[in-house]
Amino acid sequence: MKKLMLGNEAVARGLYEAGVTVVSSYPGTPSTEITEFVANYNEIKAEWAPNEKVAAEVAFGASFAGARSFFGMKHVGLNVAADPLYTAAYTGVNGGCVLAVADDPGMHSSQNEQDSRHHAIAAKVPMLEPSDSEECLLFTKKAYEISEEFDTPVIIRLSTRVSHSQSLCELSERDEIPNKPYIKNPAKYVMMPANAKSRHVFVEERTEKLRAYAETSPLNSVTDNNTKIGVITAGAAYTYAVQALGDSVSYLKLGFANPLPVKLIENFAKKYEKIYVIEELDGIIESHCKNLGINVIGKELFGYLGELSQEIIAEKILGEKLPYDEFSEAVPVRPPVMCAGCPHRGVFYALSKNKIRVSGDIGCYTLGASAPLSSVDTTLCMGASVSGLHGFNLADPEGASKTVAVIGDSTFMHSGITGLVNIAYNQTNSTVIVLDNSITGMTGHQQNPSTGINLKGDVTAAVDIESLCKAIGIKCVRVVDPYNLAETEAAIVEELSAPEASVIIARRPCALLKYVKHKPALVINDCKGCKMCLKLGCPAISNKGGKAVIDAVQCVGCGICSEVCRFGCIGGVN
Amino acid sequence: MVKSIMIVGVGGQGTLLASRLIANVLQNKGVDVKVSEVHGMSQRGGSVVTYVKYGEKVTSPVINRGEADIIIAFEQLEAARYVSYLKKGGKMIVSTQKIDPMPVITGNASYPEEIIEKIKALGIDITAVDALDSALQAGSAKASNVVLMGVLSKVMDSPIEAWMKAIEECVPAKFIELNKKAFDLGKNI
Repeated sequence: MKKLMLGNEAVARGLYEAGVTVVSSYPGTPSTEITEFVANYNEIKAEWAPNEKVAAEVAFGASFAGARSFFGMKHVGLNVAADPLYTAAYTGVNGGCVLAVADDPGMHSSQNEQDSRHHAIAAKVPMLEPSDSEECLLFTKKAYEISEEFDTPVIIRLSTRVSHSQSLCELSERDEIPNKPYIKNPAKYVMMPANAKSRHVFVEERTEKLRAYAETSPLNSVTDNNTKIGVITAGAAYTYAVQALGDSVSYLKLGFANPLPVKLIENFAKKYEKIYVIEELDGIIESHCKNLGINVIGKELFGYLGELSQEIIAEKILGEKLPYDEFSEAVPVRPPVMCAGCPHRGVFYALSKNKIRVSGDIGCYTLGASAPLSSVDTTLCMGASVSGLHGFNLADPEGASKTVAVIGDSTFMHSGITGLVNIAYNQTNSTVIVLDNSITGMTGHQQNPSTGINLKGDVTAAVDIESLCKAIGIKCVRVVDPYNLAETEAAIVEELSAPEASVIIARRPCALLKYVKHKPALVINDCKGCKMCLKLGCPAISNKGGKAVIDAVQCVGCGICSEVCRFGCIGGVN
Repeated sequence: MVKSIMIVGVGGQGTLLASRLIANVLQNKGVDVKVSEVHGMSQRGGSVVTYVKYGEKVTSPVINRGEADIIIAFEQLEAARYVSYLKKGGKMIVSTQKIDPMPVITGNASYPEEIIEKIKALGIDITAVDALDSALQAGSAKASNVVLMGVLSKVMDSPIEAWMKAIEECVPAKFIELNKKAFDLGKNI
């Protein structure tokens, strides 16, 4: 019987069946579950790396040694891994090497909406684009054949809807693939100018061979419905197009996102009076068609923003819209919030209360930017809180006493450390707060090098953040409990006024971790209606007719609200 | 013919388990099934949506406006938010639970009054149930999701045994009995 699988689970299954033995990744929505599912296969050495660049280099190293290897990440993670990728495109592989990158059109959980196909084009490596879980499994296995046949890393491009949708998959047995022999070959593996020049020639020749391969590859398929309209599409957009347009049009579905075929597209385009290109994000297929002199309609209709849908496609191409009813009045938005008992809340309350400027980072604590705490000033990318704070303080030294960086433990491991080295080395009076909740929170509780547990659940070495900061050259390093508001606020005020760089580690495990013991829910007696506790943005506290009420189901008894209540109305159950 | 079921609620209410139970039941019918969910940011108390589609051949995994045969809302405000996704003549099941979103907590917006009556006034077939109360009767507020699956089972033509099997396969062993009780309470509402 076929198995219902998440797209990410199907990629993991594809890795298993393809005989992969080494996997290294950094978590990032919507890619995370690939590596979590891989961890269930004992045949695969699977790890969380501190960041995507390390993950990529681990996978390339394993490939050079002869193993089939993999690394996975979200779209912005590929920016971090781009350096090794662009040169591994020159070295090629020994054992097959495949990477999966998950784009997030619509930005369900991301800071930008970049289109990863540009990386495949720029790095000159092949990219495959599945549109459902079954294709995730098949394309992943196919990617290893292509990798080894053409001596290249291969990218699997996913998107939120492909990664996080479940569909039925046919499973097969694993192929046990022994390591290929490692043979010293500096002309291929040592990329210094003399060697890289000849490898660049190889890369250009390889691209033409891959294009010829793509012309006849079954990953690109034509469905001719004997129509006047032809549609060229790929990935999740293909599934939307088929639901919206059915057999009223004919399809060229491109499973090869790079290189794009030429003759296949020209021959398809010749057969129909009108050609639409339906692709999410950028107009890459469309530009390719236009470069070939083919008149296609695409972005002028669908634009560059967000996800496509069957609704948009039916409306734009057929002028059809399903009837529906709408609620008669405005519905308040429900943005994500920090959970009840979140240890980050106390820190942001203290920062907000003291009107501190906050150089923010990527994680659950980005939510510190939302009302009512409205604390975070800037968020750019992983690690930018620390290095950005240094720049902020260089530009405005007077402001250093009212500006901090906040960064989570996992993000600090990812790329905060180098920024802190820069602060110590180049000497700004910067204050960095490490929000150490002992887990990678936002992506759903992954371990990281500071937690002392690895991906497989085994106990391992844990980075000692205090010692690390001191070794870097930061003299003032202190630890606070963010549930203790007075202590946290005092530490922030003191370190901001200190005449040197400092690190405050706000340490308290994520309230959602299974091992965290919660206290009984608090109650509010004789509320005076001052609304101070509502300024915490705790989802367990609501305002009922001017009085604050605590929801006993959500409350975990963290006690921060009792610390801000001026009238002492909040306490344990009597 | 593809049927579409949409589950809407607040992050943390257990919508993912609900979709897994439905998918498990459908898989046993031997039809094509797709389930789509969004993880990450939206889990942190935000508005969450899960789609389940089944039939001879499902292509798009998502549900758009005017397309859902059934919407199960775990919370009243979310029912109002997604009412436009219901097909004309579709059915809505809503838990009467209310959870204030942050703009309401901070006083920047107000929670609409009489949501269920207003949805009814649109001519929509809506069943409102106090799933939280039944869940508490079963032993845990967290079982509201399975109470609602009990309510759903009355409008889906799948045998009760298939639902029981789904609960056994999708729920941790120590919570199976509690969830079966919650399902039963929902079925008998």
